[in-house]
Amino acid sequence: MTDLTRQTAAQLAAALADGSTTSVAVTQAHLDRIAAVDGTIHAFLHVNPQLSLDAAGASDARRAAGTPLSELDGVPLAIKDVLVTTDMPSTSGSKILKGWMSPYDATVVTRAREAGLVPLGKTNMDEFAMGSSTEHSAYGPTRNPWDTDRIPGGSGGGSAAAVAAFEAPFALGSDTGGSIRQPAHITGTVGMKPTYGSVSRYGAIALASSLDQVGPCSRTVLDAALLHDVIGGYDRHDSTSLKDAWPSFAEAARKGAQPGSLKGLRVGVVSQYAGDAFQPGVMTRFRESLDLLAAAGAEIVDVSLPSVEHAVAAYYLILPAEASSNLAKFDSVRFGMRATLTGGGTVEQVMSATREAGFGPEVKRRIILGTYALSAGYYDAYYGSAQKVRTLIQRDFEQAFASVDVLATPTAPTTAWKLGEKLNDPLAMYAQDIATIPANLAGIPGISIPSGLAAEDGLPVGIQFLAPARHDARLYEVAAGLEALLHAQWGGPLTAQAPDFDTASPTQSTRTASPTQSTRTASPTQSTRAVSPTQSTRGGA
Amino acid sequence: MSDISEDRVRHLAGLARIDLTNDEVTHLTAELSKIVDVVATVSAAATDDIPATSHPIPLSNVYREDVVTDDVLTTEQALSGAPEHDGQRFKVSAILGEEQ
Repeated sequence: MTDLTRQTAAQLAAALADGSTTSVAVTQAHLDRIAAVDGTIHAFLHVNPQLSLDAAGASDARRAAGTPLSELDGVPLAIKDVLVTTDMPSTSGSKILKGWMSPYDATVVTRAREAGLVPLGKTNMDEFAMGSSTEHSAYGPTRNPWDTDRIPGGSGGGSAAAVAAFEAPFALGSDTGGSIRQPAHITGTVGMKPTYGSVSRYGAIALASSLDQVGPCSRTVLDAALLHDVIGGYDRHDSTSLKDAWPSFAEAARKGAQPGSLKGLRVGVVSQYAGDAFQPGVMTRFRESLDLLAAAGAEIVDVSLPSVEHAVAAYYLILPAEASSNLAKFDSVRFGMRATLTGGGTVEQVMSATREAGFGPEVKRRIILGTYALSAGYYDAYYGSAQKVRTLIQRDFEQAFASVDVLATPTAPTTAWKLGEKLNDPLAMYAQDIATIPANLAGIPGISIPSGLAAEDGLPVGIQFLAPARHDARLYEVAAGLEALLHAQWGGPLTAQAPDFDTASPTQSTRTASPTQSTRTASPTQSTRAVSPTQSTRGGA
Repeated sequence: MSDISEDRVRHLAGLARIDLTNDEVTHLTAELSKIVDVVATVSAAATDDIPATSHPIPLSNVYREDVVTDDVLTTEQALSGAPEHDGQRFKVSAILGEEQ
């Protein structure tokens, strides 16, 4: 029998439509996979098998009645913990929101439910999406399925690892400076950051409001496009939501996968993204992809974006400034944890003690930095200048897109590094976002797809394409075109080449979760650590 | 060079309402000095003639009729995640300390 977890979302949708499988079978297969491997990978912070199976059962009933909600009705979906959900805790990877239940669903979650998608659980992330390795999660790091001693990227390492480890066919992520695209690069998967404002941010726990954007993570370009079609479009609950009518991204991806689609495409290669900062294997695979594009009839030209040199510096002023004000809402009054002080203390003392206990080191670092950047006397020199750099970067893109259709860059400078390696060097961690940040500063869309494995370490490498704002469909078309050429070489998606990591295979008796406990399932080696949703901290992972 | 000192970090932490430990203050002072030296380079790139961009996509204000819609939180929902409440309002500890 076909392993259902190896199927793409598009394949699962087709199998559900022709009746060769059921949503309950598909969902159970993914829950079993999670039970088998997530003790090692730790992609999920919360899994509720009964909830998922109930949703799957309802989907099967709709299919049987001939009234599916969408093409994807019954396909399982993993959800980044930054997105609020009414039936599962939402922590954004922070201790300050441990066990918190939202009274409403994020719009993208509502739309996923309305399309009949089956939520599998909430995925791990750097606390409040601050990080590039998922090591800043208050609930322990996620591990890279390609090498479990290495990081899965971040902040959305949980969503990317879940998809790479076949725990979910696709997942929702959020991208403020690369949190969808960099983990995709690191785990050999696909990640898309849509145009700013094209996907609702309502119910996405805010990091930096002028940069945040929700988007899809998957193993193929078509699957990302299918999910994007479900979640995108205007939402009156988000005042920055664009009212544009969007074309079908799935159609764009299908069109792009046709032979000849790349003929005449003008691809600009950003000259700034080369040199010593970039690992040789990353550049080799990048250039090979460019050669493939050229052989398929694309025109490759060099393009300079002189101001991206200042992008990381500008980002690490704008982001902390916005984050410090967004995170002021964690005040120990309206939601989340509250510290107890002897003698009671004033509301300010309780707030300060709560934030000291509830925030991790990276969050504190960025809040203090943002508070500094916004201080009287520094505002113009720092925050004001950073906003001017934003203008310069937008102008660079505008000029580049006057002569090319898309830009291409390596998604990130290096392959996955070892857990802990950059944890004490914030600047080294920040430098990982060098190629992804400019898209957030300019609001333009960006997609990362796998371009191969680096020869020196056998780890995945991604290529990023960027397009002008509102031209998300062009990215799906181009990415699907290159993907088709690469898959022809590889015989399928890159994730099929991932080595089998060391997993303890579970037996029925050791799966400790029962519906009433609504717990994540634990693998045998960790059966003593079965945890409840409100205690999902895993020690010593 | 940045002007990040331990006293300044303590002051900023006070503004941000985070009770940092002495250890954290020491660490953060060293780390933030390095980070500020790097991010401060933006001021060299930004000359007077360049307008600031606060938002990536030009947008105008969003208006709607000032009427209650059917998708606002109920009091019960709004209080559901509060550490302490009395059924109608959030409960907090003393607003003023003894020295005030």
